Amino acid sequence: MSASPSDMSEARPVTAVPIVAAKEVQAATATKISARGLNFFYGDHQALFDNSLDIPAGRITAIIGPSGCGKSTHIRVYNRIFQLYRDQRATGEVWLDGQNLLGPGVDLIELRRKVGMIFQKPTPFPLSVYENLAYGLRLHYRVTRSELDQRVEEALRGAALWDEVKDKLHRPGTALSGGQQQRLCIARAIAVEPEVLLMDEPTSAIDPVATSHIEELVLELKKRYTIVIVTHNMQQAARISDYTAFFYKGYIIEFGPSTELFTNPKQKQTEDYLTGRFG
Amino acid sequence: MRLRTAWPRKLTNTLMEVVSGVAAAVGLAALAWILVVVLRHGAAALNWTFLTGLPSPPGGSGGGLANAIVGTLMMTLVGCVIGVPVGMLAGVYLAEYGKGRPFATAVRFLVNVMMGIPSIIIGLFVYTILVLPIGHFSGWAGAVSLALLVLPVVARTTEDMLALVPNPLRESTLALGVPHWRATLQITFRAAKTGLLTGVLLSVARVSGETAPLLFTALNSPYMPHSLAGPTANLTVTIFNYAMSPYANWQEAAWGASFLITIGVLALTVTSRALIRERVR
Repeated sequence: MSASPSDMSEARPVTAVPIVAAKEVQAATATKISARGLNFFYGDHQALFDNSLDIPAGRITAIIGPSGCGKSTHIRVYNRIFQLYRDQRATGEVWLDGQNLLGPGVDLIELRRKVGMIFQKPTPFPLSVYENLAYGLRLHYRVTRSELDQRVEEALRGAALWDEVKDKLHRPGTALSGGQQQRLCIARAIAVEPEVLLMDEPTSAIDPVATSHIEELVLELKKRYTIVIVTHNMQQAARISDYTAFFYKGYIIEFGPSTELFTNPKQKQTEDYLTGRFG
Repeated sequence: MRLRTAWPRKLTNTLMEVVSGVAAAVGLAALAWILVVVLRHGAAALNWTFLTGLPSPPGGSGGGLANAIVGTLMMTLVGCVIGVPVGMLAGVYLAEYGKGRPFATAVRFLVNVMMGIPSIIIGLFVYTILVLPIGHFSGWAGAVSLALLVLPVVARTTEDMLALVPNPLRESTLALGVPHWRATLQITFRAAKTGLLTGVLLSVARVSGETAPLLFTALNSPYMPHSLAGPTANLTVTIFNYAMSPYANWQEAAWGASFLITIGVLALTVTSRALIRERVR
């Protein structure tokens, strides 16, 4: 099948609010990922209901909402990482570059090269700083020794980490500070040249100074990647994102340009959440 | 409200402290006693010939247990070469692939049962399937019965150690596009390596002191083992035979063999404890 995501939104009647917003988005930029009628189940418990969302290419999309509203669950479908757990399943469609990645015949290895992920807690591999990056590079690319050195340096520079670690490339990655470890994970993800970066509360486990480093880095990365960031920090979402989706109890309540959503929310629930009346 | 008087609680606490302290001391004293007796008698039997020579006839003097030392090492090694990989892969299945599958639940249950089976029954089992059909005792049969003892221990420790590796590490490896088998062998195993090694060492320590499974399989032999094809000398059955004999020189050799096994097991245990401490740090 090669139906494009925009065709999909025409073809299917979906709940009003998100799609109206999504169309505004499409007018401005191309769509990178399109979720249509996405439901998600943990065993018998349904966690996502009929999620439809268009992630704009080359922009930062923030996903906000109270704990347990399905933010992380939603982006964990985009690289199908949820499949590690046998009791979890997703129904509906998620389109990436004209392919439904919930459909049959998806090459998970290629999908995950294209869609990188950063987790809440930094997860350096039990390898040296250098090998943390070289591991993924060797896995996906045929590289010579000197190319590898060059790619590792580029990725570390890209993650604003090079200057801090260039003298300890062969020390364990786990010996770095928390903020450095998180940037190492970002470097590891961008080393394999993905197109999309999913970030699942990437700054919730690190201190404020390291957090501001990472936020600057995310803004810088926007130039090359489509970024989806889950955060429970509304200020963070407002500071760095171009678009914001508000999730509540597994539903997407509102989606639109961050400036609009934060200053002039269209839904009552969004407004209540932003003003701290619940959540 | 009136305050309760504090002294009964303080007294109970002191009492508990004393009773549990005494219990700990009794346990430790028993262990120390065993060690002292074995080490004192054993050290007396030890000399260069004991380590390098072949057994002397009953009533004679000199001679050694080189054949039993070599035999025990060979059978333990082969037992591990068979048992460790199978056990580890079973552990990988339980921890990485089988989660929530009925088959894995069944395997886990059977592994637990297998750990509890008395080793003499393992010995009898291997006797029936390997010794009887072939017609004679052999070191291979001995190694197989040791492998059967190693397998469940390694399978369980592997599963437990892999389960200790935090899921986010697993997820971030897979999220990079690494196939699951590769993520397990190259990243998860590395994260759990001291735990895995500890499990292997402890299982080796356990089987190197086993007598019953060898009694029915490898039996014993007065000759230096050149292969595992025939009855194979080993330290534990030697202890069993010699200690029961009426000859003073054999009894002394049994003490010597006990000494060697005790030191070996102690060394393995201390090494694995050190590894665990390394990991905690």
